[in-house]
Amino acid sequence: MTSTGPLVLLIEDEPQMRRFLRSALPAHEYRLVEAATMQDGLMHAAGRNPDLILLDLGLPDGDGLDATRRIREWSATPIIVLSARGLEHDKIAALDAGADDYLTKPFSVGELLARMRVALRHAARAQQPQEAVFRAGTLSVDLVRRLVTVAGVETHLSPTEYKLLATLIRHAGMVCTQRQLVREVWGQHVVDDTQNLRVVVAQLRRKIEVDTARPKLLQTEPGVGYRLRDDVDAD
Amino acid sequence: MTDRDGRPDPDALLARVHDEQVRRTRGRFKLFFGAAPGVGKTVTMLEAAAARRGEGVDVVIGIVETHGRKDTLRLAEGFDVLSRRAFEHRGTTLHEFDIDAALHRRPALLLIDELAHTNAPGSRHAKRWQDVDEVLDAGIDVYSTLNVQHVESLNDVVAQITGITVRETVPDHVIAEADEIELVDVSPEVLIERLRDGKVYVPEQAARALERFFRKGNLLALRELALRQTASRVDADMRGWMRRSGIRDTWAATERVLVCVGRGERQDRLVRRGKRLAEALDAEWIALNVEPVVAGGFSDDERAIVGEHLRLAESLGARAVTLMGDHIATAIADFASANNVTRIVVGQPHRSAANWRPWRRHSMLDALVQRTANVDVLVVSDAHDDDAPASPLLRATPVPPVGYAWAVGAVGVVTAIGLLLRDRISTTDIAMLYILGIAIVGSRARYRPALLASVLAILAFDVCFVPPFYTLAVSDGNYVLTFLMMLVVAVLVSRLTSTLRSQADAAQARERRTAAAYALSADLSAAREPADIVQAIERHSVSVVAGSATVTLRHPDGSLPTDDGVARWASEHRQLAGLGTQTLPASPALYIPLVASESSLGVLRVAPTDPRAVSDPTRRQLLESFASQAAIALERVVLATGTQQARVEIEAERLRTSLLSSLSHDLRTPLGAIEGAASSLADSGDLLPPAARRDLAEAIVEESRRMTRMVGNLLDMIRVETGALSVHQEWQPLEEVVSVALLRIDERLAGRTVTVDLPLTLPLVRIDGILIEQVLINLLENAIKYSPAGTPIELSASATRDEVIIAVSDRGIGIPEGQAQAIFDKFHRVDHSPSTPGVGLGLTICRGIVLAHAGRIWAEHRAGGGSVLRVALPAGEPPEHISRMTDALPDGNPA
Repeated sequence: MTSTGPLVLLIEDEPQMRRFLRSALPAHEYRLVEAATMQDGLMHAAGRNPDLILLDLGLPDGDGLDATRRIREWSATPIIVLSARGLEHDKIAALDAGADDYLTKPFSVGELLARMRVALRHAARAQQPQEAVFRAGTLSVDLVRRLVTVAGVETHLSPTEYKLLATLIRHAGMVCTQRQLVREVWGQHVVDDTQNLRVVVAQLRRKIEVDTARPKLLQTEPGVGYRLRDDVDAD
Repeated sequence: MTDRDGRPDPDALLARVHDEQVRRTRGRFKLFFGAAPGVGKTVTMLEAAAARRGEGVDVVIGIVETHGRKDTLRLAEGFDVLSRRAFEHRGTTLHEFDIDAALHRRPALLLIDELAHTNAPGSRHAKRWQDVDEVLDAGIDVYSTLNVQHVESLNDVVAQITGITVRETVPDHVIAEADEIELVDVSPEVLIERLRDGKVYVPEQAARALERFFRKGNLLALRELALRQTASRVDADMRGWMRRSGIRDTWAATERVLVCVGRGERQDRLVRRGKRLAEALDAEWIALNVEPVVAGGFSDDERAIVGEHLRLAESLGARAVTLMGDHIATAIADFASANNVTRIVVGQPHRSAANWRPWRRHSMLDALVQRTANVDVLVVSDAHDDDAPASPLLRATPVPPVGYAWAVGAVGVVTAIGLLLRDRISTTDIAMLYILGIAIVGSRARYRPALLASVLAILAFDVCFVPPFYTLAVSDGNYVLTFLMMLVVAVLVSRLTSTLRSQADAAQARERRTAAAYALSADLSAAREPADIVQAIERHSVSVVAGSATVTLRHPDGSLPTDDGVARWASEHRQLAGLGTQTLPASPALYIPLVASESSLGVLRVAPTDPRAVSDPTRRQLLESFASQAAIALERVVLATGTQQARVEIEAERLRTSLLSSLSHDLRTPLGAIEGAASSLADSGDLLPPAARRDLAEAIVEESRRMTRMVGNLLDMIRVETGALSVHQEWQPLEEVVSVALLRIDERLAGRTVTVDLPLTLPLVRIDGILIEQVLINLLENAIKYSPAGTPIELSASATRDEVIIAVSDRGIGIPEGQAQAIFDKFHRVDHSPSTPGVGLGLTICRGIVLAHAGRIWAEHRAGGGSVLRVALPAGEPPEHISRMTDALPDGNPA
């Protein structure tokens, strides 16, 4: 157990889950603070200044959505929400309220660690100016010149497609809810029109993916939104 | 009845099974049958009963008339005897068989003497045989006695032989339904001796009649009748046995007898002749009445008589039919040919009537014979019909007095006018005036007023205008011709108008009936709830018979929520009861059971303001048809909900058991593996080499995932089953759903390739992405499960005009013959070997989800081996703003 790794605050009321993470996280050089209630969790979030918060959505003394909002009032600490399958609505609400990512229980340690890495990296990046060129797999986007190339070939995107891609790049590696994307692409005044979003996503995929049935870059998070993978190697 | 190889016809077997079932629940009925009183039926019955008692059977005497005879009394000793029920009738007390006591006592065998007895007024049933019927229905065996003269169909023959009309008769079907008939026979000599010795009970008032009755000739004839009746019964038993055994050679070609019942008083003879003929031929028979339209229809009295005869025919086993027809012969001939009638029985037109209109009567018979070339027409003589009306004129409908007033008034007015104008116009003109008056009366009233008017007119004309005035004498012979003309005009005009009016009335009545029946059926077909049906039938019944109509429906538990005993009886026995029927006729209302195919669903009670209304056969038939229509409608509604409930319950039960078994097996197995692996890690993890530890840990992970999926499936299943599945449909590209499904199934593919073929031109589909994704995952999992490792799996989609069809194909074991539908059933697994894990819910969930999308899912054999599972989702036009947006997106470089 080292004491140098990132500090993770786990707000989770199920003892089994806490026990599982208590043994898994320190093995990967994370420091862990546990809280079984929302009150405890908020206290630790303020007092211990964690690098990352793992937040269970089903807490006995208040919902995770509420906790997310209150933490976001004064902190930008990445929050990954944990919840059971079928509660997509809660996840979306938490993400829209400011959570950075989510994991559906049951999950494997591998998945959790990957998400945590992305969240931490993203948080770190947020403090630096964005890089001018985004690269993932065969895709390369020059955000300054608004130039998109796929496998070295320049690709024409419609303004909407480009806007969508740029938004996804800003949150690369993280999940973006449909609502978030609609607002950022079409503007605040647009009513949630996820059907249009899907169409544009499909068109974007045809331009940037090799196999649209097995997208490597632009992945769908069923019922929640989309995620642009930034950890894909060019192959 | 049988196939060519002599095997019994399934329908015949079914009928036999039905017969036997009825018999099993019904008590056995044994009839002791004799030719005359005094042959010893009661004694024989008591002896037989004593023998049964000796066998330990619980025998009770319901009613036995000993008439104080010692030997009978002695035999009756030692039996339990039911107390009789007392009825007060016109100052005398009658003691009758108490059916309620019998049903309450419930013996194994009940003795009920004298089947033909008529019960005291106020009893539940008019006739004792009806009591017996109910007792039998209650499952109690009955012994009873009957003399031949009481057999309904022999009634008139007995009357012919003995000159005594017996009023107490028992319908033939009651006798036919007896399980056993024992003929009690003594020779006429012995019988006469017994009578002389005072051993035969003779009531005082009937002594003289009986003296005539007990003549040797009579007794011989009656004995022969009784023997013949019993023999025909044995014949019938024989035929029944042969039918059951599939022997058909002696079966006669099916005969069908049609008896044409007219409006004459003594048509019962005709009916009985028809019945005997039908019986002799072992044929079905139909009693037909044709009510003429043109000739003015029947009067209410005539209709009542015809109705009585039709009921008699029904009680003798006929089907009674009433037709309306302008031309009687044509109506009969058409009916005969439509119903494959082989013989027609008609009464001979009585002579007086034939004399009156010989051309008409004979033409009816001739026309009938002409029109029924292949049918035997039997004309039955009508010797006893002397009292029949001489002419239809005299039997015309009673005319309201206002008609006669018209007649008198018209003649009076014409006479007054004539007297005023006598000096100014000619006598011929005055005669014309009278004819005008008669014509007016004829057009307003009927025959008789018109006749009266013409007679009065002739008298008035003669007295006032034909010289010499004011006498009846006629000076000029020409006036006789004038009188005759006046008479002929009167008859012609009134006949014409009354025919027209009758025609109009008949058409109107028919129209009303058709309209009523149509309106009811329209209302019923629109009815969705029992309450609607009840309301409809009540409303329509009142439109047929003025008064009140109420329907009482049985509760689902079978009880009838009413205190009305008649209603209960009608419902339980599925027979008409109350006013105008044979059962409890003193009741103020007619009760019609609502009998559907399975059971009696309730009772329609019609309380008419005019009690005669329900005796009108037309209206009663209409009410009965209403009741049966309503019953069918009710059954439809009840069945619809009932079967739905039953199906849900059965399904739920099946689900529970299957769920338990699958939970116990399919969830325990991975749990066991997890526990085993985890405990060995916990207990001796340090001792194990790293590779083994890794193996165990991987096993735990794998089994946990399997369990997760199973629990997920179960939860999905419950959502689909309970209707908690909320489908959130949105227009989207199928591609996206496919991609998620492929991603999620990836680790289970274990290196197998899934070839995906999604045309770029595929239209958007309106689906719930998460649910359809589940469908695809389940279909792919299914393909993985049932095809060998390494074989390819293909996922493709195509679009037709109305549907987008997704197909998942494999090269696996295929679908077993006949299981193309079953594979979508809950917990159905093609392969039950433990190597293919799963609960068998995947495809059921698919079906639930697809159905919720108004789509179709089915399985097919795949050419070259394997199977194809197809899902068709309805295609449609996406809203314009989506397609517009899609199309408008420029492909140009945004930079």
